[in-house]
Amino acid sequence: MMQQTLALPRRVHSIRDTVPTVDQVTVEERAAAFTKRSIKTSAKLAGLKMAVAMMDLTSLEGKDTPGRVAYLCRKALQPIEPKYEVPSCAAVCVYPNMVRHARRFLGERSVVKIASVATGFPSGQYPLRTKLEETRRAVGDGADEIDMVIDRGAFLAGEYARMFDEIAAVKAACGAAHLKVILETGELVTYDNVRLASQIAMEAGGDFIKTSTGKVQPAATMPVTLVMLEAIRDYFFATGLRIGMKPAGGIRTAKQSLAYLVMVKETLGDDWLTPDLFRIGASTLLNDVLMQIVKTVEGNYQNADYFSLS
Amino acid sequence: MSALRLDVRKTYKLYIGGNFVRSESGRTLPASSPSGELLDNFCHASRKDLRDAVATARPAAEGWAKKSAYLRGQILYRAAEMLEDRAAAMREEIARSTGAAATQARAEVDLAIDRLVYFAGWTDKFAQVFGAVNPVASSHFNFTIPEPTGVVAALAPDDPSLLPLISLAAPAVLMGNSIVLIASEKYPLPALTFAEILATSDLPGGVINILAGKRSELISHLAGHMDINAIVNASGVEETHRALQAGTAVNLKRYAARPLKAEDWFTEAAENPYWIADTVEFKTAWHPIGL
Repeated sequence: MMQQTLALPRRVHSIRDTVPTVDQVTVEERAAAFTKRSIKTSAKLAGLKMAVAMMDLTSLEGKDTPGRVAYLCRKALQPIEPKYEVPSCAAVCVYPNMVRHARRFLGERSVVKIASVATGFPSGQYPLRTKLEETRRAVGDGADEIDMVIDRGAFLAGEYARMFDEIAAVKAACGAAHLKVILETGELVTYDNVRLASQIAMEAGGDFIKTSTGKVQPAATMPVTLVMLEAIRDYFFATGLRIGMKPAGGIRTAKQSLAYLVMVKETLGDDWLTPDLFRIGASTLLNDVLMQIVKTVEGNYQNADYFSLS
Repeated sequence: MSALRLDVRKTYKLYIGGNFVRSESGRTLPASSPSGELLDNFCHASRKDLRDAVATARPAAEGWAKKSAYLRGQILYRAAEMLEDRAAAMREEIARSTGAAATQARAEVDLAIDRLVYFAGWTDKFAQVFGAVNPVASSHFNFTIPEPTGVVAALAPDDPSLLPLISLAAPAVLMGNSIVLIASEKYPLPALTFAEILATSDLPGGVINILAGKRSELISHLAGHMDINAIVNASGVEETHRALQAGTAVNLKRYAARPLKAEDWFTEAAENPYWIADTVEFKTAWHPIGL
């Protein structure tokens, strides 16, 4: 048995040994502190518009149709009437079979990127061969970004090398497409695991690390995102490489989205406040942000019935 | 030992979504008796408390409207039972807040209970009496039925402190609306005590919400709020009336004024079933019939 433990590849073994542990109490208190900032009037308006520009407008449902995806793309392109000067969303996030429909609607070049979940979303419990095939097909159909899920089973069983190799293989299959690695933190149990999985995902070639699929509770939380942001910060100090962050799932209110932006700014700095390095994955968040924008501009509280469906 | 004991003084809280909350603003105001003696402090609602109240009233209205008319009646009747149970405390609260004589306070509480029972009875009768089957010149069965309008906001007058509050809430909620009540500015404590009684009735949280504070701070937000479907104004203040009319004219929400004098709330004028009609929508359906 001893022999088996020692048989782990040296490189991955060193990842586990060098990743710091996380102080649960401190990280939760620090994350809570970011929600206390007072952001009003013009700063609030700018923050909300920034949140829209960083949003991956998501629809990941079995009932998705080409028509619904076209609607999603239309909403991402122009979330609300032009007079409010709201930017387009960063991307739409859809299932692999919907990528070609999104591409057809958006055209070859578009400000709105197409992200596709892949590698046996949401469980990741599929053979590597089909995962790679799925990835290549999604990219071939026109996906600009691939949101892959890690094999949490492998990670929790301590098979870090397998997880690393899978991410590296998917990255190779992505070609020019950006790779976001979904850790599904709701299934990783501890912050230490989140920190370790983040490190493995970054070293294996992920361009972004992402909290959740949105199919497991809890999804994105402030503390778990902070742990990942700190992993990104330390990785930047060690290597000079900027890795992106995408919290997804459970961010439903404009206020929450502002708290996340504050956390990114105060952990990683202004460099990360761009859609190239920070995204928010959400389906229902957009309308709440739009309602807040209209409220800030017009001065009166809004009613969801006056906004297009999300 | 008793000489050493400090009084435990209460700060009356707002009633939002079935919970007793402090104002988001952290503000409180003192409530004094007519002789100027400090009674207790109460939370001073801000526009954000109004926003929160509407946000909980919206989903509450959806669930409440789905309950059968009979059940809504039973729940309102239960609220009357709870008020009856706490009548002595309510009488004392009115007497110490407003300086009303004991007989006057008793008359107000008794009538408030009776009025709740009266309106509870309308829940399963209003549609029959105010709905209609309409004769039409084609092969259609044509009928008109009332449906709740959604979220109602109502401003109570300063005086009396309890009876108008109930006379505004009951006709608005009995058909399935939810309501945000702005309590008497001068005597808020009886309204907030009534909230504590409501909390022990079976009324779902968020169906009746009670805010206290200064009316003038909330009026423009009430009128402009796109998620409030109707406003009932019984404040009796001319400026308020004009501001609300002007505000609601822009977004076309329903507006009803109830300019009753203090003594009128004790009469049948405040048991007007047409008040129920002020916060329902009448819908007409054309159903084809054969031959």
